[in-house]
Amino acid sequence: MSQTTEKVRKTLARRYRAEKRFKAFGVGAIGIGLMALVLLFTDIIGKGHSAFVEYEIQLPVTFDAEVMDVSDPRDEEQLNYGNYQGVIRDALADRFPGVESRLDTRALNQLVSTGAGYALRDMLREDPSLLGETRTLWLLADDDVDLFLKANEKQREDSRLNEKQQAWVAELEASGETRMVFNQSLFSYGDSREPEQAGILGAILGSLFTMIVTLVLSFPIGVAAAVYLEEFAPKNRFTDFIEVNINNLAAVPSIIFGLLGLAVIIGLFGLPRSVPLVGGIVLTLMTLPTIIISSRAAIKAVPPSIRQAAMGLGASKMQVVLHHVLPLALPGMLTGAIIGMAQALGETAPLLMIGMVAFIVDLPAGPLDAATVLPVQIYLWADSPEQSFESLASAAIMVLLAFLITMNTLAVILRKRLERRW
Amino acid sequence: METAQQLDKPALGTNDAARDKAINEQAAMTQDTPYPDQTVGTPFVDDPKMRLRDVEVFYDDNQAIHGVSLDIGKNEVVSLIGPSGCGKSTFLRCLNRMNDTIDICKVKGSLHLESQDLYDPKLDVVELRARVGMVFQKPNPFPKSIYDNVAYGPRIHGLANKKYDLDEIVETSLRKAGLWEEVKDRLHAPGTGLSGGQQQRLCIARTIAVSPEVVLMDEPCSALDPIATAKIEELISELSESYTIAIVTHSMQQAARVSHRTAYFHLGRLVEMNDTETVFTKPEHDLTEAYITGRFG
Repeated sequence: MSQTTEKVRKTLARRYRAEKRFKAFGVGAIGIGLMALVLLFTDIIGKGHSAFVEYEIQLPVTFDAEVMDVSDPRDEEQLNYGNYQGVIRDALADRFPGVESRLDTRALNQLVSTGAGYALRDMLREDPSLLGETRTLWLLADDDVDLFLKANEKQREDSRLNEKQQAWVAELEASGETRMVFNQSLFSYGDSREPEQAGILGAILGSLFTMIVTLVLSFPIGVAAAVYLEEFAPKNRFTDFIEVNINNLAAVPSIIFGLLGLAVIIGLFGLPRSVPLVGGIVLTLMTLPTIIISSRAAIKAVPPSIRQAAMGLGASKMQVVLHHVLPLALPGMLTGAIIGMAQALGETAPLLMIGMVAFIVDLPAGPLDAATVLPVQIYLWADSPEQSFESLASAAIMVLLAFLITMNTLAVILRKRLERRW
Repeated sequence: METAQQLDKPALGTNDAARDKAINEQAAMTQDTPYPDQTVGTPFVDDPKMRLRDVEVFYDDNQAIHGVSLDIGKNEVVSLIGPSGCGKSTFLRCLNRMNDTIDICKVKGSLHLESQDLYDPKLDVVELRARVGMVFQKPNPFPKSIYDNVAYGPRIHGLANKKYDLDEIVETSLRKAGLWEEVKDRLHAPGTGLSGGQQQRLCIARTIAVSPEVVLMDEPCSALDPIATAKIEELISELSESYTIAIVTHSMQQAARVSHRTAYFHLGRLVEMNDTETVFTKPEHDLTEAYITGRFG
């Protein structure tokens, strides 16, 4: 007895040490993961937060009919061809009277975004009585001015503005003629060559249409396939073959699906390029294995006693599946679907192949309009030379992450509610 | 402690010997006794509800039931007893074709519910299961409300067109199952929230809500405590007034308490079937006697 105890005691210390080491490894692994996450978030938020605001410059603008070449603001054609840049140029010249040389004038005109002209046009369309009047307006600053105003002392030395421009902006800033506002264009426009006018609404809509197509196609197809394989399919070699292939499909690199989409859906069936419909179909192919596998697991998890009970009462196979198996498996199926959709939402490679990487300014109105999606937009912006696009890309990543988190939260809430009901 | 062990050993030995002897006897008997006369007692009755002849069940090449023939009379409670693996549950599951769900299972013989051939290829199994209901070993209420559990059968078979009719069926079924007083105030609470015994009575209510002619029960009390078991047994006696009941049980006391006739199964064969009293007091067959006196099983 005592000998055994002694032996046990000896090994006990070693066992506890091993346990502690094991625990330490686990804590370390989680620590590394958390650190990576924190780093990622600080980097993205640090870079991206400035993109959510933008600077405006205050200028007294005269809606001069002659300069604008607009005699009747109710005439849409005249409105569209109006020379609003001229009015802004005049306003800037009035504000900084000393500027004479062509070079300096051009530098001065670069302070205001080219998008400001459209804002003037829209104001004139709203209120035609503005013609000939002078108003003090806040106009969108150019992206380099924006960057300069957002930068600290040290960063300002690297500004792309020349010395004179820097002096003008500093003067405006000192006299309170600049202000920081929420970047509305980020959420109300599509892509643009000018960072201050570029928005992610086009990409969000593109993603939305693509996701709708993916969900509408992949969920019913995936669930139907899973139900058939689990409940109705005869157990033979052919069924085994299909099962193996579904599992293999889950491991196919996503770009292959893009090539397939390009060759078959666009090439063979002649659907247009760059549209969310094709993107959705391609992502459906990619998502299907995930949904089928998780749906089958969910169906398998339904206790056989429930099936027996229903069958014992005289429910047909179909009724057993519809009344009992599907409702009980639904939470698991939904989880699978949402995980699949989250994968699809973040997918870039297959969409590059089918042309959703094009530069598209117009907002898509439906799944048949050319569009891009959020991850591709991030890829495009991260690849752009202008410095401002860097923070825009980070802002877009934040929006994408927000969508993903919302989707996952929704999945969890949905699952909880459905589970409670049953 | 050591002395106790030593005392135990020979006792165990004799038990084993008795068991071996019984099994050898049984093997010898099945070899000697020609089929189908092996069944002793009175397996047949006049004007039966279910008439089962030469029933054989195969799992692939494995024969689980060897030529069982018996009758189940009208409003009779028949209990099927026997050691584990003797095929009594398999036999029971033939009676409403629950074995259909097992691909490798093949059933031969002539099985009739009154004049209806159970294995007639033209017979719709859905219709059959509406006439022959089943209660399972483990209480398996649907994860729905108590009301919906009972109303499920009538709903899928279209037995009630109006809400009023359905309410009535639910109430009557719950009353028959002796559950009404306990649940009438919470009909819309989930059925899975009831206690084990209540759940099993809910399952019985669910089964009789379809007004079946025969109710099959596969060890309905094996997952319940003695008090719940007593309630179910009482219920079975009451139900026999309106239904024909076949019950598989591991408890010989239960068979003795609830059934009119008892069938003893051994290794896939029906050894003896007699009035319950006869089986438990004057068993005709040695194997039956060996089983009910606890020499094996």
